[in-house]
Amino acid sequence: MKTTTRILKYELHNVVRSRAVLVYTLLLFLLTDVLFRFGGDGARVVISLLNVVLLLVPLVSVVFGTMYVYGAREFTELLLAQPVGRRSLFAGLYLGLALPLAGAFLVGVGVPFLIHARPEAALVLPLAMLLVAGLLLTLVFTAVAVLLAILFDDRAKGLGGAILIWLGCAVLYDGVVLLLITIFRNYPLERPVLALTMLNPIDLGRVLLLLQFDTAALMGYTGAVFERFFGTSLGRVTVLGVLLVQATVPLVLASRVFRRKDF
Amino acid sequence: MTAASITTPAVEFRALRKRFGRLTALDAVDIPVAAGRITALVGPNGAGKSTLIKCLLGLVHPDEGSILLAGAPLDGGFAYRSDVGYMPQAPRFPDNLTGREVVEMLRDLRGRGAATDDELLEWFGESGALDRPVRVLSGGTRQKLNAAIAFLFRPRLLILDEPTAGLDPVASGILKDKIRRVRDGGATVLLSSHLMAELEELAEDLVFLVDGRVRYAGSLDGLKARAGETGLERAMAALLRRGSA
Repeated sequence: MKTTTRILKYELHNVVRSRAVLVYTLLLFLLTDVLFRFGGDGARVVISLLNVVLLLVPLVSVVFGTMYVYGAREFTELLLAQPVGRRSLFAGLYLGLALPLAGAFLVGVGVPFLIHARPEAALVLPLAMLLVAGLLLTLVFTAVAVLLAILFDDRAKGLGGAILIWLGCAVLYDGVVLLLITIFRNYPLERPVLALTMLNPIDLGRVLLLLQFDTAALMGYTGAVFERFFGTSLGRVTVLGVLLVQATVPLVLASRVFRRKDF
Repeated sequence: MTAASITTPAVEFRALRKRFGRLTALDAVDIPVAAGRITALVGPNGAGKSTLIKCLLGLVHPDEGSILLAGAPLDGGFAYRSDVGYMPQAPRFPDNLTGREVVEMLRDLRGRGAATDDELLEWFGESGALDRPVRVLSGGTRQKLNAAIAFLFRPRLLILDEPTAGLDPVASGILKDKIRRVRDGGATVLLSSHLMAELEELAEDLVFLVDGRVRYAGSLDGLKARAGETGLERAMAALLRRGSA
């Protein structure tokens, strides 16, 4: 634990100073700020940010994360040659990556809300869900990034895998679900579709946010099924739980591979 | 010093075997590394030098065999590495940290109690390099930082992978003097190099690896006598020819 915090301290210094993280923070800040200036009130800005959070956050997390772990490869070897256990080194490496990205998201989106939004009770829950969704998606996709970069020694493979996974979750997945629905339209599909939604973190993020609003039309098939099945509050808890599982599973796998790996 | 500590090798590889897929990187390697001496690890590219070093550091897990440090087998723990200094071949440090921060990080990791040897660190910092981000440093300056880190914690065992690569002649001379001085202070040095002149200058013992097997392990003079040559390069070439014939 002590070792992890020591490593984390310097990893944080390193990542926070990287230009990419700075640009990411500024981009989110400007975007949110502009949405406010175009006359949106708090709730509308949350909805407008929905797709940014669902697409940009996973993309940046998985691509930056993969590149970061590959870039740190040689230094990781040097650290492994110190009297340090692999478990604590892995924890330091992951947290040193995930915390700055999560922080960048919270600052980039949160600060404009502090500046512009009128404090009203109705905004609290949607905004909280937006921030929580972004946070969890950051954790899920950095965990996936770390797993890929440790699994494949070849950078091109790891980065290709990262982009494929993002593309799959963000774009292809809904298409495949729709296709399945069309093919099997003569069968009762609620439960299978529900299960499919549970597998895709980006879908879960969307459901989590849209459960806050009366925008069933925007939720698409999976979202509508979701609300009917769970209702709002049970649905929310379920989504949060599943997202946490999705962040944990790749992380546990990556930690296991890391401990046994030959460098 | 007891008689046992003189005769027990500082490091001993016993029947060490490592395969990467179909490739056999180390094939039943038995090597004693004498304590308090400079042992050179030589061999063509892909002979298994790096794999051997990485097994010793715990970076690579051997398939079979064992490694003994002063007679005690490595058991997967990491405490032994506080007595080991490592200089990797192509160092890369976190881009946005300064040299000073990298050193502070390692000091934190090693614990603050132990006395350090700051000689090479001062040498690295001479031109103000300590407070610049590592990414703007030249390759040679980075190699100085690499060396400074390896010697910093007064290790009993130094593992140097091509230590003078990328250094100018002056810097390379300073590093070689330092290697000899820590050897005189009782440390064991295991280094790999492709530079024959450097090996003739520094090495006392030599391990010659070819295709993951030990072709020769013993003193430098013994190698020359066995090959019937006076130069190291010719002696090694003769040994290679004899092996393949």
